[in-house]
Amino acid sequence: MVLGTYKEIVSARSTDKQIQKVSQDGGIVTGLLAFALEEKIIEGAVVAGPGEDFWKPEPMVAMSADEIIAAAGTKYTFSPNVMMLKKAVRQYGIEKLGTVAIPCQTMGIRKMQSYPFGVRFLADKIKLLVGIYCMENFPFASLETFISEKMGVNPEMVEKMDIGKGKFWVYTQDDVLSIPLKETHGYEQSGCNVCLDYVAELADLSTGSVGSPDGWSTVITRTDDGNSIFQQAIEAGAFETKDMANVKPGLDLLKKLSAQKKDKNQKTIDKRKEMGLPVPF
Amino acid sequence: MSLIARIKQFLGFEAKPDKEAKPDSAKSADTGASKQEVEKVAEENAKPRIGYIHLSGCTGDIISLSENYDILAELLTNMVDIVYGHTLADVWWDDENPMPEMDLALVEGSVCLQDEHSLHELMEVRKKAAMVCAFGSCSATGCFTRFSRGGQQAQPAHESFVPIADLVKVDCAIPGCPPSPEIIAKTVVALINGDMDYLQPMIDLAGMTEACGCDLQTKVVNQALCIGCGTCAMACQTRALDMTDGRPELNTDRCVKCGVCYVQCPRSWWPEEQVKKDLGL
Repeated sequence: MVLGTYKEIVSARSTDKQIQKVSQDGGIVTGLLAFALEEKIIEGAVVAGPGEDFWKPEPMVAMSADEIIAAAGTKYTFSPNVMMLKKAVRQYGIEKLGTVAIPCQTMGIRKMQSYPFGVRFLADKIKLLVGIYCMENFPFASLETFISEKMGVNPEMVEKMDIGKGKFWVYTQDDVLSIPLKETHGYEQSGCNVCLDYVAELADLSTGSVGSPDGWSTVITRTDDGNSIFQQAIEAGAFETKDMANVKPGLDLLKKLSAQKKDKNQKTIDKRKEMGLPVPF
Repeated sequence: MSLIARIKQFLGFEAKPDKEAKPDSAKSADTGASKQEVEKVAEENAKPRIGYIHLSGCTGDIISLSENYDILAELLTNMVDIVYGHTLADVWWDDENPMPEMDLALVEGSVCLQDEHSLHELMEVRKKAAMVCAFGSCSATGCFTRFSRGGQQAQPAHESFVPIADLVKVDCAIPGCPPSPEIIAKTVVALINGDMDYLQPMIDLAGMTEACGCDLQTKVVNQALCIGCGTCAMACQTRALDMTDGRPELNTDRCVKCGVCYVQCPRSWWPEEQVKKDLGL
């Protein structure tokens, strides 16, 4: 199953104008965490918030919809969100916690829930895990290389970054620049090259732009809880949806990219095994 | 006799119970051992005889066990017979009162090579117990007692503390400083259920007798496996780990060598089937 176990796949976007303005694509993560917070499904959420340096995110505990909206948008470098989960419970007193995680972070969280060897009273407090599609992640210095060296832009001028249509994009106030994705190859962290999960197969629900038109996201609901919270949000009018069969580029692209990641990284795994290097998968 | 056969024998059943019978297996949020589950297990199986042996540890591991308030009464009265132990049952062993036969011995604490009484007790436990479990990190990896250099009261000659597996065969290990109440409850329920799939990591971990926060560098970062998720820093029980530029940074002054960071890392071992089962995916 190239997209993991799931219940439903739809194309969706937030109906909130404020979220549409700041979100990466359909505003699913922002909109859903804000909805869950307002409906008291969660009391707080760990998100990748703005850090001290431009485009260097820091995990933060958001306790209000405004704080979640302030953390909207994709960051293409590390934000060790999992680390903040314990702090959110211990220091912020959150009993019902939400978070957003890339596939590998989802694995760390799920392993902790199944085998909480040294982690007490946290596993059952995670009520909503929104997964995001992820092909690879970049060290911060790699991003600097793309932006400062390859594009000649001051990182402080950058308002948004994006990956799509085979390119890495940078938006400044009056310019849109891009480099072919090929030029970013070799700059990703190598831990990504053994990962077989593109669509966060173990999240409560997963989302990302791939498969949907600009300004929309493809949402995959997986667990009962994930599906039920997303349906509640749709009924409450937080999201509008479209049938995947009616959107371009459609589900085939998502399947294709997921299969590509699995095939390519399985080769890396096999090669590592041949060399006698450890592989957890 | 194989370990599996021994467990099955002491639990008094042959076939593996039907896993699908678990009533709430599809409910993603509930990953703990629920009360109904415990009661059901208690009804169905004979009570295993459990002993608790306290060597050089701080009693934190058994306190963690007792923190399973909601299931403890049921556990101690209906699920297991505590046949030996100074803390949970007032049973002491000497020349006139031989140590009873046990199905499972939970050994807390490392063993001091200069302490003849401890050595003697550990050897006797190995003879009397069908299964020996290194319970907590002191017993499993040496943990904090690895720092001992002797020369202290009450017995300055007590200098050398080693994990119990250095001296006797250990069948399974539950590392943690202390192990969480949840992992103890889950392990006990799995043992009584004969759920060998769940217990396999504990059996594998019996071989991990050396641990340190620097394992993250040598076994994960150095092996091109780290993805900067932050699970290790979340799991660290002494706040010895921080994340810097997406990689774990160890404060060696705080590390107690419990091994939990590496045990929880999604890139050290990956229990895919168990995670999917727990999520209902």
